[in-house]
Amino acid sequence: MTQTTIYSAQKIITMNPNRPETTHVAVRDGRILGAGTLEELAGWGEYTLDTRFADKVIMPGLIEGHAHSMEGAMWSFTYVGWFDRMDPDGKVWSGVKSVDDVVARLSEIEKTMDDPDAPLLGWGLDPIYMDNVRVTRADLDRVSATRPVGIMHASGHILNVNSKALELAGLLKTGNNHPGIPLAGDGLPTGELKGPEVMMPVGIHVGMNRAFLAADENGLRNYSRLCVRAGVTTSSDLGQQLNDDLLAVFEKVTGEDRFPVCLVAFRINMGLSPQELVDYTLSLKERSTDRLELGRIKVVADGSIQGFSARMQWPGYYNGAPNGLWYIAPDQLAEIYERALACGVQVHTHTNGDEATELTIDTLEAALRKHPDFDHRFTLQHCQLASEAQFRRMGRLGMCVNLFANHHFYWGDEHYTLTVGPERAERMNACRTALDAGVPMTIHSDAPVTPLGPLFTASAAATRHTASGRTQGEFQRISVAEALYAVTMGAAITMKMDDRIGSIETGKRADFAVLEDDPTQASPEALKDVRVWGTVQAGRIFEAATI
Amino acid sequence: MKLPVTVIGGYLGAGKTTLINHLLRNANGLRLAVLVNEFGELSIDEDLIEAEEDGLMSISGGCVCCAYGSDMIGVLEDIRDADPGFDHVLLEASGVALPASIMTSVSLVKGLRPDATVVLADAEQVRRNAADKFLSDTILRQLEQADILLVTKADLVTAQALEDVCGWLRVRSGPARLVTSAKADVPLAAIVGALPLAGRRLSSGSDPHAAFASVVLTPESPVDAQALARRLADDDSVTRAKGYVPTSEGLALIHVVGPRWDVEAAEGTHQIGVVCIGPKATFDAQKILQFVGQGA
Repeated sequence: MTQTTIYSAQKIITMNPNRPETTHVAVRDGRILGAGTLEELAGWGEYTLDTRFADKVIMPGLIEGHAHSMEGAMWSFTYVGWFDRMDPDGKVWSGVKSVDDVVARLSEIEKTMDDPDAPLLGWGLDPIYMDNVRVTRADLDRVSATRPVGIMHASGHILNVNSKALELAGLLKTGNNHPGIPLAGDGLPTGELKGPEVMMPVGIHVGMNRAFLAADENGLRNYSRLCVRAGVTTSSDLGQQLNDDLLAVFEKVTGEDRFPVCLVAFRINMGLSPQELVDYTLSLKERSTDRLELGRIKVVADGSIQGFSARMQWPGYYNGAPNGLWYIAPDQLAEIYERALACGVQVHTHTNGDEATELTIDTLEAALRKHPDFDHRFTLQHCQLASEAQFRRMGRLGMCVNLFANHHFYWGDEHYTLTVGPERAERMNACRTALDAGVPMTIHSDAPVTPLGPLFTASAAATRHTASGRTQGEFQRISVAEALYAVTMGAAITMKMDDRIGSIETGKRADFAVLEDDPTQASPEALKDVRVWGTVQAGRIFEAATI
Repeated sequence: MKLPVTVIGGYLGAGKTTLINHLLRNANGLRLAVLVNEFGELSIDEDLIEAEEDGLMSISGGCVCCAYGSDMIGVLEDIRDADPGFDHVLLEASGVALPASIMTSVSLVKGLRPDATVVLADAEQVRRNAADKFLSDTILRQLEQADILLVTKADLVTAQALEDVCGWLRVRSGPARLVTSAKADVPLAAIVGALPLAGRRLSSGSDPHAAFASVVLTPESPVDAQALARRLADDDSVTRAKGYVPTSEGLALIHVVGPRWDVEAAEGTHQIGVVCIGPKATFDAQKILQFVGQGA
């Protein structure tokens, strides 16, 4: 006879509309036997009553629909962002508020490094909060004149390096002639490097090499610990160049007894032809386990709005920047969609600009005529600038969306003043329009671009506050209840996992976020401050404080 | 010497893979490293492949082909550091990539020299693609960034249509050299350049690639290498020129790619001679020989 444990709680928020709230949940074999009163659950037979959560609030394990396990690996490098941020050990790194602070923090790390030639890399710098101060190579030379030092900006679009790194890259000379390599009065580069075509070749000298970009075992373990701290029991890893070698790493780590999260690893389109991409991804489906979901594709259609590489419809960027870049040829996108629909592989597509969104909708509509699929749930990721008309089409075509609510907070002011201008900034990440158009919706962090934390993300969607404190796009605010649904059931639906996760009801996996406070009673602003005790994943208990 | 990198751009279906297969088949002993975004179904001709493992194809004649995916810089460094080394890198851009961005990255990798940007345009399709609501600006930017614009599938359109599309392309491609072909069957020397073979000064009629003609400049006394390179670059009939010339400061290596030129100081001893190649229809060997006081 298998064991049944019944947990009591101050309150259980179920996301099951038939009984939205209850007090007890029974778990057997890692699955939910039932949620209800103790009397109701006792009907299942012998049980052990566990009261450890009696003063906690339990809700379905939070689901992050767009993040990268690389967040776990970033903590091998030095955080120099503006906002306080928690590392996998639970240490909160205070935000740095000036260039001197940045230099001081990097210098502190520098003193602890043994190899005098090893690069030192910082990440998360965001000068827009420091009056757009420009960091120079002279600033970073104060950290070290002899080892290469670099700082990646939070946006991912600028890299600052010191003189040594410029020297190693062969750039410490006059005569550089590229808009991505700004020059100082002396004709030498300032050390600021803009745009991937410049950052990639120089980044190698400050530690952004092949190993930096690849998923590794400890990075995955660290990521899973961050998930526990954020109440997350299932997270996408949205875009890995999965091959048999990398898969072996994922299988090993997620197979460890105490690995606390289910990773949904998407195969990114880069490096494979459409046919190989779809065939290989299809072949992975059957290798899925309880903690590793496989068999989904991520396609990248365009770049980013703040990097001016997103594809925009007329009239384009507010500051007049030229239109962005396609990251996939339309004909290849069409081939991927057709092949994926033909064999039932789900595709999530990154679009940022509204022209990229238009292309994906047009392409999917055409592909569906050839390969009708009444429940494909092809999902647009970010989809930050979609118009009401586009959401209507998405709804009719059976598409889902994952909107970047965190982005609206961190860079909303930039979008208002610089990238898309006031009117379109107010419709960015249009949660209300998506729901009204019947598009299943979730919201995301895109960690490590912004910190993993679905309760913060939910708060951002409910307040639509920007970092400067303005409410940007009042109409697009959603309620706390809608936001909590988005980070549980909403995410499950977009990944076609709603039969297994997303709510607390009979038959689903015993995945819970265990909270100290009741999020349904929190104001939109306070939702982000709801304290996370830890998680239960497939019946296994993980306390954040000891993870 | 730095390893030269030629970027091959153009939208899907323009013939990039056909060109690469043609060049590999006619590499004439050059060790070429071909980098492709991914191995598609229309990839390297099977009879050219000697072995394949870990994403690296060994091609007969000492060439290789590999897929770079999102690790372009890493793969370029691997190729640069390979032993024995390679003579030339052909980097196939994805159908929507901007070749100039790739060239910027190449120029920032130590030991590599951005050599040429060759953009292919399908004679039948290019104007349709350039009118597509999603593709228009991408196609036009690709064309603008070409040093050599290779019009392919010229045999599939009428002479009048070919003339029309070439006229249309000339307006949009700036000073790029425009070359037409049926199946991207242009000689290797027109794409990557060639150094002179010992004893050969002029080749044309017997060349199987009858669409092209070439001549070798062999100045015996020192020349102004920069002036010569500029003159070759300014001559519309010259697609490519490459080779060593004597200067008052020793040997110099001249590279001319369509309208662009570059001169670097050369170390060691090399056979003097600049191989100039261009479309036979407009190529005037006698005129070019006179650039260095040679000729009849």
